[in-house]
Amino acid sequence: MPTPLLSVRDLVIEFPTRHGPLTAVDGVSFDLAAGEVLGVVGESGAGKSLTGSAIIGLLDPPGHIASGEIYLKGKRIDNLRAEDMRAIRGRHIGMVFQDPLTSLNPLYTIADQLIETIRTHLRLSEREARQRAIGLLDDVGIPAASRRIDDYPHQFSGGMRQRVVIALALAAEPELVIADEPTTALDVSVQAQIIDVLKEQCTQHGASVILITHDMGVIAETADRVAVMYSGRIAEIGPVREIIQNAKHPYTSGLMGSIPTLAQEEDRLVQIPGSMPRLSDIPPGCPFNPRCEKVFDKCRVQRPSLIPVENRQVACWLYEDTGTSEVAT
Amino acid sequence: MLAYVIRRVFQSIFVLLMVGLVAFSMFRFVGDPVENLLGQERTQADIERVRDQLGLNDPFPVQYVKFLGNALQGNLGVSYRQGRPVSEIIAERAPATLELAGVSALFAVVFGIGLGVFTAIRRDGFMANFIMTTSLIGVSLPTFLIGILLIYIFAVELGWLPSFGRGETVKIGGWSTGFLTESGLKAIILPAITLGLYQMTLIMRLVRSEMLEVLRADYIKFARARGLSTRAINFGHALKNTLVPVITVTGLQIGSIIAFAIITETVFQWPGVGLLFINAIQFVDIPVMAAYLMLISVMFVLINLIVDLLYFVIDPRLSAGASTRGH
Repeated sequence: MPTPLLSVRDLVIEFPTRHGPLTAVDGVSFDLAAGEVLGVVGESGAGKSLTGSAIIGLLDPPGHIASGEIYLKGKRIDNLRAEDMRAIRGRHIGMVFQDPLTSLNPLYTIADQLIETIRTHLRLSEREARQRAIGLLDDVGIPAASRRIDDYPHQFSGGMRQRVVIALALAAEPELVIADEPTTALDVSVQAQIIDVLKEQCTQHGASVILITHDMGVIAETADRVAVMYSGRIAEIGPVREIIQNAKHPYTSGLMGSIPTLAQEEDRLVQIPGSMPRLSDIPPGCPFNPRCEKVFDKCRVQRPSLIPVENRQVACWLYEDTGTSEVAT
Repeated sequence: MLAYVIRRVFQSIFVLLMVGLVAFSMFRFVGDPVENLLGQERTQADIERVRDQLGLNDPFPVQYVKFLGNALQGNLGVSYRQGRPVSEIIAERAPATLELAGVSALFAVVFGIGLGVFTAIRRDGFMANFIMTTSLIGVSLPTFLIGILLIYIFAVELGWLPSFGRGETVKIGGWSTGFLTESGLKAIILPAITLGLYQMTLIMRLVRSEMLEVLRADYIKFARARGLSTRAINFGHALKNTLVPVITVTGLQIGSIIAFAIITETVFQWPGVGLLFINAIQFVDIPVMAAYLMLISVMFVLINLIVDLLYFVIDPRLSAGASTRGH
């Protein structure tokens, strides 16, 4: 088996508080192959964004990686010196944030910001960098890129700005792009376009993508695999089709069941009763047990780890026995 | 943008007229200049003659309009006490105040921004905390006390710097400068620090809090995610965004540096317009006082105008109002 592009092993992220550390991400492990698109879904506070920030080394203090390892192309990156990690950001791992309106510095032109990024990572002259920048803008679908490049961010619409942000994230050809809710702040009408641009550009540049979102629809259309997160842990991870059509974890099936469809006529929207526990009182055993319909004694006592089932892994005691020796990808 | 500038200029003129009116009406209550002008042996006829000469018998609005009319022609009247044109006296004193204010402002801006950035970047460092604590002293001590303290330490105890005066000056055209002689340069250090210390700490604290705010902004996080160097992020991205709001306050503070030079000039016996004003108050020398107040308000208004226009240079979002193409 070839070395995965990215490998996260038992990642734990903690926030120190006066009442002891809060564990926001608890033992997350997954691999990402080159060129693969991994969707990460979950409710707010499930630890999706924190996992993304940890990979690119931009956790906001006081949050920090308490244990676990992150490998990029087999090389450990979670314990690098600040300066070495900086050289990886942008060059090997790019990131797209949620709000394009605030991601760009309002006082610099698009050209300034693109050229600065390109020249930080690649040995190019000002002219070459500018040419490259115009090319990038063209690729992400900015019309009249050679003219618009000297405009300021406020002269672009939200969708256009997110295209610029994608161009910036890809400016130095990173192998991995982490997109943290890239369409949440956008109009519904342009969300699909931005996802298309993101996917198309990453495919073209051969970059893998971690797409963090709470929009199952986006994942269904874009991702190869999906990781469902709950209370800082992965509940289920596997190929998108299989999980959407046949969710194993009760939380995942609840999540899928709560997506309204036009075909079924129902008076009320389906929802999972209760809400995700706060970080300070995650119950013992499986964190989902108070809300789970299929809960039994063991769930309240012992925490399930990821059990391989068919092509995927599920953190649920229901599958303890069915869990065979099949190796999950 | 032109419309904006014209509007601002009109606003400024209105402000100046109002300031002039208020100042001018207040002087009527300071005392009777004639008392001081004429000696003990005055007669009622003398008093009437002088009042008439000075135009003090005219109704108040007439006096004000006359004053404005003359001021517009550069004629600020004649000092009651010195018997010389006020414009001449002020022109003679202005270089001292402007040099002092200039050096103070430079000191305040350079150290204020420098230390502000330093304390923001090294937020939790020992030095940063030390500077922040010390800066409280600068904000809370009154100017005259700082001046006296500095004189005590550097002039009396250490004897390094002079405690008063401007030192030797050199005349270049109509401008007498203290920058070209050693004693002149030495003499300006203490008053300039005294005058600029408050503004320096104010600018420093403002820069620090603005910069901390900016460093939390999304575009700074995105700049980090793009792998830009810490230096480029702190000084290229964060500092420029920090300076936008800082400019207003700094501009206003430079205005007050000139205005508050009065106190420093008194403490250090600095021969500038502030000292002139203090002396004028003692003798109810209305033309000098009026001219000084008008001069200060012109400075304030001008600086404000410049600050507003500077925004356009720094922040493209303002000047592009008309040319926004967003779609």
